[in-house]
Amino acid sequence: MQKFNFLKPDNNNLTLFLSLGTIFFILSIIDFSLNNFLDKNITSFLPRYLNFFTPLVFGLIGLHFIRIEFSGIKKLDILNKNINTNNFNATLSLFIIFLLIFSIPPLLSWFILDANLSGNTKEACTGSGACWVYIKVWFNRFMYGMYPNAEQWRINISFATVLVFSAFGFFMPTKYRKYLTLYYTIFLPIISFFLIYYLISGGSFGLEWVETGAWGGLSLTFIVSFFCLIFCFPIGMMLALGRRSNLPTIKYSSLGFIEFWRGVPLITVLFMSAVMFPMFLPDGIYMDKLIRVIIAITLFEAAYVAEVIRGGLQALPRGQYDAAKSLGMGYWKLHLLVILPQALKLVIPGIANTFLALVKDTPLIFVVGLLELAGMLNLAKTNPEWLGFSMEGYVFAAIIFWIICYSMSRYSQNLELKYKTDR
Amino acid sequence: MKRNKILPQLITIFFIILVFGFFTINAQINMENRGIEFGFGFLKQEASFDIQFSLIEYDGSHSYARAYLVGLLNTLLVAFIGIILSTILGIVVGIARLSPNYLIKKTATFYVEFFRNIPLLLQIFFWYFAALRALPLPQDANLLLGSSFMTIKGLYTPAPLWENFDVFLISLFFSLILIFFVYRYAKKRQEEEGKQLPKFLISLCIFIGIPLLTFFAGGFGLSFTFPELKQLATTSYTYNGGMGIPPELTALTIALTLYTATFIAENVRAGIQGIGKGQKEAAASIGLTTSQILKLVIMPQALRIIIPPTTNQYLNLTKNSSLAAAIAYPDLVLVFAGTAMMQTGRAIEIVAITMATYLSISLAISLFMNWYNKRIAIKEK
Amino acid sequence: MRKTLKNLFSFLAVFTLMFAIGTEVMAAKKSKTLKNTLKKGFVRCGVSQGLPGFSNADASGNWTGVDVDVCRAVAAAALGDANKVKFTPLSAKERFTALTSGEIDILSRNTTWTLSRDADIGLTFVGVNFYDGQGFMVRKSSGITSTSQFKNGITACTNIGTTTELNMRDFFTSKGISYEPVAFEKADEVVAAYDAGRCDTYTTDKSGLAAQRTKMKNPDEHIVLPETISKEPLGPVVRQGDSVWEDLVRWSLNVMIEAEEYGITSSNADSMKTSDNPQIKRLVGSEGELGAAFGLDNEWSLRIIKQVGNYGESYKRNIADTGILPDRGPNQLWTKGGILYVPPAR
Repeated sequence: MQKFNFLKPDNNNLTLFLSLGTIFFILSIIDFSLNNFLDKNITSFLPRYLNFFTPLVFGLIGLHFIRIEFSGIKKLDILNKNINTNNFNATLSLFIIFLLIFSIPPLLSWFILDANLSGNTKEACTGSGACWVYIKVWFNRFMYGMYPNAEQWRINISFATVLVFSAFGFFMPTKYRKYLTLYYTIFLPIISFFLIYYLISGGSFGLEWVETGAWGGLSLTFIVSFFCLIFCFPIGMMLALGRRSNLPTIKYSSLGFIEFWRGVPLITVLFMSAVMFPMFLPDGIYMDKLIRVIIAITLFEAAYVAEVIRGGLQALPRGQYDAAKSLGMGYWKLHLLVILPQALKLVIPGIANTFLALVKDTPLIFVVGLLELAGMLNLAKTNPEWLGFSMEGYVFAAIIFWIICYSMSRYSQNLELKYKTDR
Repeated sequence: MKRNKILPQLITIFFIILVFGFFTINAQINMENRGIEFGFGFLKQEASFDIQFSLIEYDGSHSYARAYLVGLLNTLLVAFIGIILSTILGIVVGIARLSPNYLIKKTATFYVEFFRNIPLLLQIFFWYFAALRALPLPQDANLLLGSSFMTIKGLYTPAPLWENFDVFLISLFFSLILIFFVYRYAKKRQEEEGKQLPKFLISLCIFIGIPLLTFFAGGFGLSFTFPELKQLATTSYTYNGGMGIPPELTALTIALTLYTATFIAENVRAGIQGIGKGQKEAAASIGLTTSQILKLVIMPQALRIIIPPTTNQYLNLTKNSSLAAAIAYPDLVLVFAGTAMMQTGRAIEIVAITMATYLSISLAISLFMNWYNKRIAIKEK
Repeated sequence: MRKTLKNLFSFLAVFTLMFAIGTEVMAAKKSKTLKNTLKKGFVRCGVSQGLPGFSNADASGNWTGVDVDVCRAVAAAALGDANKVKFTPLSAKERFTALTSGEIDILSRNTTWTLSRDADIGLTFVGVNFYDGQGFMVRKSSGITSTSQFKNGITACTNIGTTTELNMRDFFTSKGISYEPVAFEKADEVVAAYDAGRCDTYTTDKSGLAAQRTKMKNPDEHIVLPETISKEPLGPVVRQGDSVWEDLVRWSLNVMIEAEEYGITSSNADSMKTSDNPQIKRLVGSEGELGAAFGLDNEWSLRIIKQVGNYGESYKRNIADTGILPDRGPNQLWTKGGILYVPPAR
């Protein structure tokens, strides 16, 4: 090993090793980029297999030379400690750098540089990159489905209203805090029900009736997720309370209900609602498909929400129960005014997570024929005028979902931090 | 006090009976009106449809019950492969998230955040309809690793052809028993003398060596059939011989693995971070290297935190495999609750059987998890 | 004497009362579906999710097609206006459940009439509006010109849960060819898979093949092989148990076909009221009381012919002129070499 000692960099020949190392490192990057983009090979005199590995070898040698402990240059030390601690780490770092070089320029060119943004018809899609014109033309359909263009303000207003009312619970003055439970479990569902029935569906007060088959796109995703979540609050709460009760019948029936809905996949639940459920209704009574799907998803999610709320109920100290009981409160008063408001505050991050999972699960409803975003994508993809643009559609849907889910998960993480320090 | 306890229970029972009774009576009336009968006799009828990919012998002349079995085995196959792959990937990414190497940590974080926030259905669509559809036709396919072909019709790899497969199994079994004894001996030696045996290396040698010896001694034979291009028509080709893995299975496995691995990675990270700093520092102070600390001190304790939510993820993976109904992979939902239901029209029986199957799988996993939790629970004194 | 008279009188009274109640009950039971349709003001029709020529919606939401015309005929007969129809697009999975559960009243979705569907699941087929057969589609460049050139290992795409899947199996097994079936739920996915090269051949009803070809990237690249491997009589379906509604739908379709037999078209129907042929006069309602059998007025058949047209006009408008299947094949009158032979409306 002593023979190789002269290759080990140390503080004495700092500039020599540093410059050697940098040269090798840059050489490896250039070699790789040339290989990749211009198909030129500066080491073509080597046999083929070695050729493939030369950038890696150069880079390793370069990084090995740069690896000087305690060199005194601050930036170099940080670099070494982070990326260059030993050969294994250096190899991995090189791989990642190569991967970035390999993938970013083509992605950039597809997304932005070669893409078409202007125009309104298929002829505008001339470049080899993405054709965002396709998205622009179909945007309304992706967002609102087949809902008539003139009536789309109704959906916007409904969402704004629901958001305002949901967020209102946070800013409730302390005097009314104890009514938080009642607010969320009774008041909000009733308002949502009226919103769906009168505003979005229409039919009275001079609003045009839009059948549920025409609802679609991202707005349908939100309608289903939002309203399912709001409706499953009361049921989930009942189930959580029932699970923790001492009466055996109630406890075991709640447990059975929860375990049943948690054990089956959502797709079979949707099949059940679309195909099996009509058999269970009396002859002649027919329920709209969207209503059946919302009921099915509500019951499904209620089981998950029940588990989350149960976690919150368990986390409350027994002192609360005892204190409330010593004031003479009965079971319901105790729970509605004392326990549940506190438990709900605790589980809000968990509820946000459940909501996130619900939003990610709603694309499934397209298997029963409701055209939310994934279904609309498929519809647009097979339209004879616009064949061949499936990639843009998928990327667009992925970006939208990613933005929504990422922001929600960030928000719920913030909530979790906030409530952790609260106690 | 007693009345308080009985009345709510009575009301609950009454309510449940009311609801169930309402549904059952309606269902019966409806079925009578339409002339449909309720019964499971249809399971013995001939299925009359073929299934693209099945692990057991099946063609259209077998019964619906056998079609159900084929679907169930396909589901379990995807679940099994998915669980193994996502666990490996999840552990690697989870540990990578905690690496001091800036690039590695950022890459792992990017991977987790990216794949976690896109719905699984969209990912499956992307892999199947966009990525795997862009593969070349069989005649244009490139050779991978010398003998495999990735084509739009599937992944064709050499298939193993065994002679005397049972001899191979016996040798494997024998090597496992030997490994068990090696571990016992190593443990005894460590407790008595404090010396460690390189258990892993020895067991690896045994695991590979003994079957290899049997192979050379002629106990069993292993040969491979290679896929060969066969022309069906002027422009359509396929591969004969070898093993063909349909792109539906590949797309489903890739999507499920990538998606579930993100959750497992988060669990692993939470588990490792949940171990107090004191453990790491104490281990470092007695001179263990980083990888030794990870292997001997952190991981055994972290497993206690990691395993329950990871088992939950396995369950989710099994349930999510039902999304195969959206692409043409013949799993339980597509074969039984799809094709069979459409051909026989018996919606209630078929959906009930399908839900019961998934329920049993999830109950089995929950029971296992409860048993495991009880076993590793820290018994406080 | 007085007692007998009194007895006779009371007997008659009771009998009349019972008769009246009975007929009232019978009339009420006669057709719940017709009563509901009249009350709602539109016919609820289940159609496909977009098959050119049979049931397809354009960008503004208007539905056209031969299946659509069957429902419009029923609406013209019962409600007086062929446009009073509500169309519900259904996938293959939910089409029968939608009918049995009451979501729709007529399923006009190019459904094949088979024994198990007719007898086993509570439905009734009321006629055939398109005689078809199952065929295969391949690329021209593959060089295959007949199904006898299929070799072992071929990949065939189709829809799940249809008679196509079963017939495909029967065909390949009888020829001893080992094949790989790839079955999707939606027709669009099947077409996309075949177009991309995932499958070597695409199989479904020949009318479906012709219709889907118009939706492909390069329609001229594909050909439909000449062999027909099964019988696919496509027709409308209703629920079992409502015989008046059944008859109404059946005879609406029959009237369309018979009108072509007698040369009555939507443009000359009014002038045919004064024709010499008594059967023509019955078909246009100037003679006979045929409508009373369904509880409708006499102009029910005239409205069908005037607002929807006869069978030939419907076929020409939807299938021939759009280039899908210009040759009517077996879907021609029996007097002209086809097999459309319907019972007379009299």
